[in-house]
Amino acid sequence: MKRRNFVQLSGLGAGALLLPTTMLGNNIAAEALLEPGMDVLVKKRMADVALNTAKSMGATYADARIGRYLNQYVFTREDKVQNVVNTESFGIGIRVIANGTWGFASTNSVTEDGIKKATERAVAIAKANAKIQTEPVKLAPVEAHGEVSWKTPIQKDFKEVPVSEKVDLLLKANAAAMDNGANFVNSALFMVNEQKYFASTDGSYIDQDVHRIWPTFGVTAVDQSAGKFKTRQAMSAPMGMGYEYMDGLASEKLEGPAGMTLYRNSYDIVEDAILAAKQAKEMLTAKSVDPGKYDLVLEPNHLGLTIHESVGHPLELDRVLGYEANYAGTSFATLDKWKSGDFNYGSSIVNLVADKTQPGSLGAVGYDDEGVKCKQWDLVRNGTLVNYQAIRDQVNIIDQNESHGCCYAQSWNDVQFQRMPNVSLEPGKEKYSIKEMIKDVEKGIYIAGRGSYSIDQQRYNFQFGGTSFYEIKNGEIAGMLNDVAYQSNTQEFWNSCSKICDESDYRMFGSFFDGKGQPSQISAVSHGSSTTRFNDINVINTGRSI
Amino acid sequence: MAIYTEAEARKIMEKALSFSTADTCEINLSGSESGNIRYARNSVSTSGHRSNQTLVVQSSYGKKSGTATIDEFDDASLKKVVERSQELAKLSPENPEFMEPLGPQVYDKAINYVDDTANISPDYRTSVAKASIEPAVANDVTAAGFLDDSYGFSAMLNSNGLFAYNKSSNVDFTVTMRSNDGTGSGWVSRDFNDIRKFDAAEASKVAIDKAVMSREAKAIEPGKYTVILEPAAGENLIGNLGFAINARTADEGRSFMSKEGGGTKMGEKIVDERVNLWSDPLHPEVPTGTWNGSGQALKKTSWIENGVVKNLAYDRFWAKEKGVAPVPFPSNLIMGGGDASLEEMIASTKKGILVTRLWYIRSVDPQTLLYTGLTRDGTFYIENGKIKHPVKNFRFNESPIIMLNNLETLGKQVRINGNLIPYMKIRDFTFTSLSDAV
Repeated sequence: MKRRNFVQLSGLGAGALLLPTTMLGNNIAAEALLEPGMDVLVKKRMADVALNTAKSMGATYADARIGRYLNQYVFTREDKVQNVVNTESFGIGIRVIANGTWGFASTNSVTEDGIKKATERAVAIAKANAKIQTEPVKLAPVEAHGEVSWKTPIQKDFKEVPVSEKVDLLLKANAAAMDNGANFVNSALFMVNEQKYFASTDGSYIDQDVHRIWPTFGVTAVDQSAGKFKTRQAMSAPMGMGYEYMDGLASEKLEGPAGMTLYRNSYDIVEDAILAAKQAKEMLTAKSVDPGKYDLVLEPNHLGLTIHESVGHPLELDRVLGYEANYAGTSFATLDKWKSGDFNYGSSIVNLVADKTQPGSLGAVGYDDEGVKCKQWDLVRNGTLVNYQAIRDQVNIIDQNESHGCCYAQSWNDVQFQRMPNVSLEPGKEKYSIKEMIKDVEKGIYIAGRGSYSIDQQRYNFQFGGTSFYEIKNGEIAGMLNDVAYQSNTQEFWNSCSKICDESDYRMFGSFFDGKGQPSQISAVSHGSSTTRFNDINVINTGRSI
Repeated sequence: MAIYTEAEARKIMEKALSFSTADTCEINLSGSESGNIRYARNSVSTSGHRSNQTLVVQSSYGKKSGTATIDEFDDASLKKVVERSQELAKLSPENPEFMEPLGPQVYDKAINYVDDTANISPDYRTSVAKASIEPAVANDVTAAGFLDDSYGFSAMLNSNGLFAYNKSSNVDFTVTMRSNDGTGSGWVSRDFNDIRKFDAAEASKVAIDKAVMSREAKAIEPGKYTVILEPAAGENLIGNLGFAINARTADEGRSFMSKEGGGTKMGEKIVDERVNLWSDPLHPEVPTGTWNGSGQALKKTSWIENGVVKNLAYDRFWAKEKGVAPVPFPSNLIMGGGDASLEEMIASTKKGILVTRLWYIRSVDPQTLLYTGLTRDGTFYIENGKIKHPVKNFRFNESPIIMLNNLETLGKQVRINGNLIPYMKIRDFTFTSLSDAV
């Protein structure tokens, strides 16, 4: 990470939150978020300027994305509002194929003249790069959708909720944590609305309105006499939902082990802040883990990140092929393993599904950023590797003729490319609860929430921490643990998967900031699962005395 | 898109300021041009060009502030953006940590802008890709690389009379070379303000040689090893140490720099006495701008001197709370080096590991600054003063504090990622597991 590519929006202290500069736009008033954008008929006319210009210059394909990106962020600490940020970014990105090569250009001048100039630049770039291109682009066919639209099925538009209501809720959560023994609280609300219009020379005009929300906090307890501090992060997940996620509905709460409350499609931030303060204090004196082999019982808001790193990334086809070799890396899941038809990714109960349609997920849209209708498809079925994630210019490499519909650009200003869809672990088919799972474990650790995460560039060796750790002894929770991290190898890990709770326990983990590409782009993605058991995993002790 | 001169920038900002009716008003104006080329599989994959210009206005009434931005600078737009920031200020809650804008300051003249970097052409970028791809093909390896160059300006003006202006230029290059049999990988990174210092063929050769040398690596047992960290590997961990110098989190008891029983580690010896860490915006190898976003002048500042914590960074609010002078956060990190060449460091090593770079580094425990991550793109076993063979990559769990207490030898400094870091020989570096990744 380079500091100059990030901005610090608030003094979040330890673990200061740095936002990618691309998550910003022009600062505007909260009320201005509600102003209507460009009319859809005008967007169509403007997009046609790009498509017609491209064709007249000899492009064999062109698409135009007119994007209005609205963001609202609220930051608080303890009893103070640190920052309220409202931003808007508006412009058009034009992508073309000329002489078998991609070209891309963008402009914030969404006028006939501005679009023509940008299109000419895109075609010129394509023609220049064609001179040293050795692999001409082959696009899979796509259906012409005509004029269609799609909207995230929200109940409350964050833009219509007064800022004061959001500030009050965060300050209430902060106060609740402080009242329960926290020394510091930093909390934040991130809300995003992508208004995206896509048009292509393949005959689609697609208008989409995408919403996302992420409430989060860090609650810190300090024992100054011992020189120790511990932070418990929120058990929320970023979601593809409206402000209704903040309602804290009782019907969406689940009872977890050791008095924990876990959240499905509705989050109670005040209740979670109270528990966080109690847990942070308990962590100050919790037992340091004995290293060794344990059966791990992994909660969905923890397991989601492990799925992301050990399944989501290695099965991105551009990584497999080497396009990301200089940055994110390549993949152990090479084409020969997939072609063999019997590569054993995990145990027979492991079914991992890619998806761009699941309601409430961050990846859900009607159509991807190259006009492909979104769908669900298998990556690993009954433990065997069966497919990758691929877009229009890649599927021919894996002998398929239909894009998977997972192309995305973080803004109008960036070129779209293959991005991870939601990748989720199917729940167990038999009725099986967390309680039953813990009862069946002799020596284990229950891990909830995300923590430290690191994996190699081909996705073999990984190490994960978590937010909260509980020791399991002879089928019972035996108290909190500190200094826990587990190390494993992707294939060994998924083959040690021995039991998965049923769908009543299924929840989503999410990330707003999955990074990939050069220049780097972010993408938001969810990973669903039920609580899952992995046998005999190597746990290390990360405590050090300095 | 215009890269404004000092006079042009001042004129635009003075015009905007003339529309202000707030108690205080602070204006930032910046513009940049950047271009890039990306290649993989020995072929160009994407290239692009970007222009940005932004004017940011922060208006304040008492402790209430509002910020608005705009990218058009005609009189009507400037008036609109100032008025919008004032409306937002009136609506916003009081910020108890609000600090009045600074008055006039004296800045050093920055030396981080070079015309030649600003004049990089698309043809030049293509030639860099060719300088990687052609030798890659000739050596049976596959190149994937990225060149990103940029130049621009930043300026600041406020109602208390402060004016600041800097121009800057920068170029970043990385390339990964993978042997076509899939068993070897090499990498190199170069970054400069001055493109004339960059030689794409020389850099690419370093990565190709590492790819060829690292083929068919052998597995050896993880554990504690003497390591020679190339500057790219060392910078990853020293950079993270740099994030820990925040005085406020130290005072609050939630930082490695917090002291048992209260207070901070200021004045304490925390690492080997040969360790010196400072920042200097005028260092000719790693120059930066000479003022920061608050308008504070950036000066040469010592952070660790002879192993002792010399300074922690205080923002203006926290300095006022604590009754001390503000200490701006560093704009670069420079670690003092020694005379030893890499060859001499290898020759004096009985048994050890040479590490090209570290990858996917994440904090494990902020209390001890423990980090985990992996070696990547060229890891070699040293025995009796010679490189014996490539080894499989390791995962490490290590703290830069422990590492700098286990310092054996300091070598020559190299610029990496805008910082200046020496080769380092460290004993007892902790590798906790093996990775099959190439």
